[in-house]
Amino acid sequence: MGSGRLYAAVAAGGFRRYATYRAATLAGVFTNTVFGVILVYTYLALWDEKPHLGGYDQAQAVTYVWLGQCLYSTLAIQGGGAEKDLMDRIRTGEIAVDLYRPADLQLWWLASDLGRSLFQLLGRGVIPFTFGALFFPMALPTDVTSWAALLVALLLAMVVSFGIRYLAALSAFWLLDGQGISQAVMILGIFCSGMVLPLNAFPGAAGDIVRALPWAAQLQMPADVLMGETDPLGAYAFQATWAVVLLAAGRLLQQAATRRVVVQGG
Amino acid sequence: MWIRSAMTYRTSFVVTVFGNLAVTGLDFVGILLMFSQVDSLGGWRLPEIAFLYGLSVTAFGIADLVLGSMDVLGSRIRDGSFDTLLVRPAPVLAQIGADHFALRRLGRITQGAVVLVWALATVDVDWSAAKVLLVPVMVISGAVIFSAVFVAGAAFQIFAQDASEVQNAFTYGGTTLLQYPPTVFGKDFVRGVTFMLPLAFVNWVPASYVLGRPYPLALPEWAAFAPPLVAAVCCALAGLAWRAGLGSYRSTGS
Repeated sequence: MGSGRLYAAVAAGGFRRYATYRAATLAGVFTNTVFGVILVYTYLALWDEKPHLGGYDQAQAVTYVWLGQCLYSTLAIQGGGAEKDLMDRIRTGEIAVDLYRPADLQLWWLASDLGRSLFQLLGRGVIPFTFGALFFPMALPTDVTSWAALLVALLLAMVVSFGIRYLAALSAFWLLDGQGISQAVMILGIFCSGMVLPLNAFPGAAGDIVRALPWAAQLQMPADVLMGETDPLGAYAFQATWAVVLLAAGRLLQQAATRRVVVQGG
Repeated sequence: MWIRSAMTYRTSFVVTVFGNLAVTGLDFVGILLMFSQVDSLGGWRLPEIAFLYGLSVTAFGIADLVLGSMDVLGSRIRDGSFDTLLVRPAPVLAQIGADHFALRRLGRITQGAVVLVWALATVDVDWSAAKVLLVPVMVISGAVIFSAVFVAGAAFQIFAQDASEVQNAFTYGGTTLLQYPPTVFGKDFVRGVTFMLPLAFVNWVPASYVLGRPYPLALPEWAAFAPPLVAAVCCALAGLAWRAGLGSYRSTGS
């Protein structure tokens, strides 16, 4: 069980590192709250025009907005989590040091990113969500099981989110400059996670496609699980499948990538 | 210098401009998505909202091009390199504006301008000389108002040390807000962005005149022509805030 303790320590390190920036966290809470308010008003106008869009009523649409603001930095939907550091380390060559460590590269970064996610959820996510619940009518369940079901969905969402960003980061082994990939992560994340509009309100074939992609596991699934719009077990299966596929792909890519590493002078 | 450095990697530059275009364009795609489900939002139709959007994004894009580097101020204060700017014989504000001056931000302006032109071509308006003249005035005054917000935000960053995200709430939040008609928002909210942070003068008020819609908060008729005045006042206030910020600056050392 020695390695379990190691990854727990890495996760705790990720948590503490983000907990250090208190002013930045407060600023983030403020920004998420402002954006939440703007988005809530536009959603209310939209649902006024077309009630039950995507099968949600107004209270559910509002809940969706605030859950989105809560998970925005938790799941690094726009990017900017562990993958940013990993890309830097690949570009500068420091990754060679990591490869010598007696720890698994993927698990190491997963643990570190989970620690970060957990801090962002508690430090940045909970306050905007509570603010939303206090000032806007929300469709929140009152039973403990729905909230427990949400927690499981959130954990799976964190792993899927990491899986996507880990793949993106590994591309730096070939591309070196991560800017283009980071931009792609941002665009796909914002759009396909349903930050712009809930995925169930996307029309036609476009809707079918985005609802099948891994990004749907990040915000749409937890929201539907919380509000009882979907069967939790089905949602978990969807999330877990993508988590496994992404992590396995990450592992394969990692093996291919580490064979490319040429340490200077070595 | 920054322009030349960006041009050295021509392909990378082109790619990032397009990337920027795509990132900023997502907002409008989001609006289009909404309109794939409904015919109007808050009583406003798509060309009218595109008009609001084009004005807001173009004005914000210009301000962002000139002063968008302000959000690195926080990290400059933290790592102490802000002190270097203070001892140089050039205005600090101009130095920060020129710091990492990024032409890739042209992506946002281009995207805003394209939507604005499309909106002007499709929107149903009885054009008069005053209305035609008001459009460029709105863009320029809007850019100045957003610039003032950037400068005020920078001054706040000196006080708050590391809180660049608060600034994002007002800059990016502001431009997002103005992409939707005022009828969408609560009355107190509209009051706030009219009288406290006068973003309403970037497009809501003057655009209501152009489109012949009732003004938000039933403002008087002449309010549509107030943007240059509002912009001037904002500049003066932001200037004061900036000087107060600089005056209170204590370096990171003990």
